[in-house]
Amino acid sequence: MKKLMIGNAAIARGAYEAGATVATAYPGTPSTEIVNSIAEYPDVYAEWAPNEKVALEVGAGASIAGARTLVAMKHVGVNVAADPLYSFSYMGVNGGLVIVSADDPGLHSSQNEQDNRGYGRFAKMPVIEPADSQEALDYTKLAFEISEQFDTMVMLRITMRLAHSQTMVEIGEKQEVPLKPYQKNSAKNVMLPGFAKLRHIEVEKSLRQLEEYAETTPLNRIELNDTSLGIITSGVPYQYVKEAFPDASVLKLGLVNPLPRELIKSFAAQVDKLVVVEELEPVIEEQVRSWGIEVVGKEQFTLLGEYSAEYLKQKLAGAAEPEGFNLEKEIPARPPLLCAGCPHRGVFHVLRKMRLVVAGDIGCYTLGAISPLEAMDTCICMGASIGAAMGMEKARGPEFAAKTVAVIGDSTFVHSGITGLIDVVYNGGTSTVMILDNDTTAMTGHQDHPATGVTIKKNPTNKLDIEAIVRAIGIEHVRVVDPLRIDELEATLKEELARREPSVIICKRSCALLAGRPKPDHKLFVDTELCTGCKLCIRVGCTGVSFIDEDKKAQMNDGCVACGLCEQVCKFDAIKQVEV
Amino acid sequence: MQDKITNVLIVGVGGQGTLLTSRIIAQVAVQMGYDVKVSEIHGMAQRGGSVVSQVRYGNKVYSPIITKGEADIILAFEKIEAARWLDYLKPDGMVIINNERVNPLPVMSGKAKYPDDIHNKIAALLPKTSIVDATDIADRCGNSKAANVVLVGMLSQAIGLPAEEVEKAICAIVPAKALDINLKAFNEGRQLM
Repeated sequence: MKKLMIGNAAIARGAYEAGATVATAYPGTPSTEIVNSIAEYPDVYAEWAPNEKVALEVGAGASIAGARTLVAMKHVGVNVAADPLYSFSYMGVNGGLVIVSADDPGLHSSQNEQDNRGYGRFAKMPVIEPADSQEALDYTKLAFEISEQFDTMVMLRITMRLAHSQTMVEIGEKQEVPLKPYQKNSAKNVMLPGFAKLRHIEVEKSLRQLEEYAETTPLNRIELNDTSLGIITSGVPYQYVKEAFPDASVLKLGLVNPLPRELIKSFAAQVDKLVVVEELEPVIEEQVRSWGIEVVGKEQFTLLGEYSAEYLKQKLAGAAEPEGFNLEKEIPARPPLLCAGCPHRGVFHVLRKMRLVVAGDIGCYTLGAISPLEAMDTCICMGASIGAAMGMEKARGPEFAAKTVAVIGDSTFVHSGITGLIDVVYNGGTSTVMILDNDTTAMTGHQDHPATGVTIKKNPTNKLDIEAIVRAIGIEHVRVVDPLRIDELEATLKEELARREPSVIICKRSCALLAGRPKPDHKLFVDTELCTGCKLCIRVGCTGVSFIDEDKKAQMNDGCVACGLCEQVCKFDAIKQVEV
Repeated sequence: MQDKITNVLIVGVGGQGTLLTSRIIAQVAVQMGYDVKVSEIHGMAQRGGSVVSQVRYGNKVYSPIITKGEADIILAFEKIEAARWLDYLKPDGMVIINNERVNPLPVMSGKAKYPDDIHNKIAALLPKTSIVDATDIADRCGNSKAANVVLVGMLSQAIGLPAEEVEKAICAIVPAKALDINLKAFNEGRQLM
């Protein structure tokens, strides 16, 4: 049966058909739908791990125990998982293990655009790159075979444009793969120096075998056409190449590490001009050039963002930029923003008002950094806020800490904020840490996590008690407030900032989009007699309230969910409640 | 079967249902035996920002994305979003615009003006511009949220998608409880072109 599938769902299907029985991930755009999809197959164990490192460790254990295992994360998640990644690449597998890295050229929803094909060479593992959903399914299945054949984990590297594009897929049958027997094998599975030294020899051997495999695998193919132009490419850029240059000869690489040196040499010999088309880093180009082959690459193409067929035509064939109808100058920008009723808005309104230095973190609340709230000073990576606030204090002293807070979400705190808080207590910091607990992993589409008390398959489980964890770490001053009660939040912040001891303020209120929230029993309206047009309510930056230029008054919109923030901000009591 | 590729750009504000609409159009193309690719935006861009979904179908489709000057038709759920993406349209392309205004943040905060006559400017540039009060029509059909399906009705006339195929796709994709309203909204839209 043929059907449309996004790349991520096709990867999940591929793992299912390959007989994978364990799947683990931490959500992160553009990877989230992979393990979300595989969780729908009842005979696959799936989980949201607290972070990517744990996800890969669970995956490694499942592989050692004999199961085919899928582990998925976004590109920066692989950095979190890098420690087990580099060790497990020495150990090899029992049941096949495929780790998906979902990269984000163009930074659609990320803090950088690192190219994780680089991990392949660095961690000495094969990297496979599909170009559409059908290949995502087929290559995932093949990746499990390669993993077991060459005794190595395999990275399936995709980009956002594959993850979130729907293309036609032919669904196959599930293959029943029995668990491989478990046998204790310390020399393979205990990475002591003496054992690891011997495993390194094996890894190099298997890489040499993979280099031979690369020459003949159907993952790499030459499409010989007009030989005046030959293009080496992989992944979604292959589609752009085919669209822009349908007559060119193409070497399409599905296995991008290790590269097929002889195949590339023979392709180069058959074409007049050789070009490498790859988004981001010159991973293929630099290796090809190192073999003494003349090639056009990044001197022609950008290291930044996504490519397109149009871009390739401009760069390679000198095509002019298409002249379109352009009205862009006349229209205002539409940046993303916090939803109406979002509890984070209360937090950032108060932080801005108090003019605090805010060490931020990753989640919807990173939007607190942009206009009109503009109340965040730093955002480094998942979990970094608490460490960053601690570093600021140690550099500038406790007076600076008295006007600094760390802000971190519930899912992010569990992911990698806990260790930062341990550092604060252990090393005598006085940080004030705000945990914005909205009962979900909101940014990626409302995934559960250990502190929601629900698993990926929607089964009830232990609900991690954030307050108890914080106290166990050694924080004596723990406050729980509603972030949309701004006077109380401000008073609490003042008290805790003044204290020369570390404290945690848990801002507890569910995400405004979370299903099953109770509806308010009232609506808000603006009393135009009382409204002075001061725009204080507008400065909270909510879609629920706008300023009407003609009347110089505020007005509530349909989107208002009566959260009451603007009502509290108004100094003239002009925003009032009416029962519904 | 036609040899060319049909490019449909669906633009709006995060939360307006561009994803669902692109899936309906793509499903129709699948039913008609075309090769189809759809590109979607998830994550950060969905939080009330400007969003775009792209549907391409034909005998063989390579790139999942539509480039500038390539779209046959733009389906806009909001007025200034139609203007924002207009450079993706072919010189003889068509625009169908829901006469809906959703103020972006700079307008709400009074830092920018909403160009209320923007649809007239588009119509002046492009003879094939249709502006429709799809939200009102959908509201009369039973739910203003079905406005996107009103636009799908107009689109299906404009690019020659058979009504029965679109209805089949709507039945496959729209949740059962909203089906009657959506089918009604679709047929209302179809009569507008």
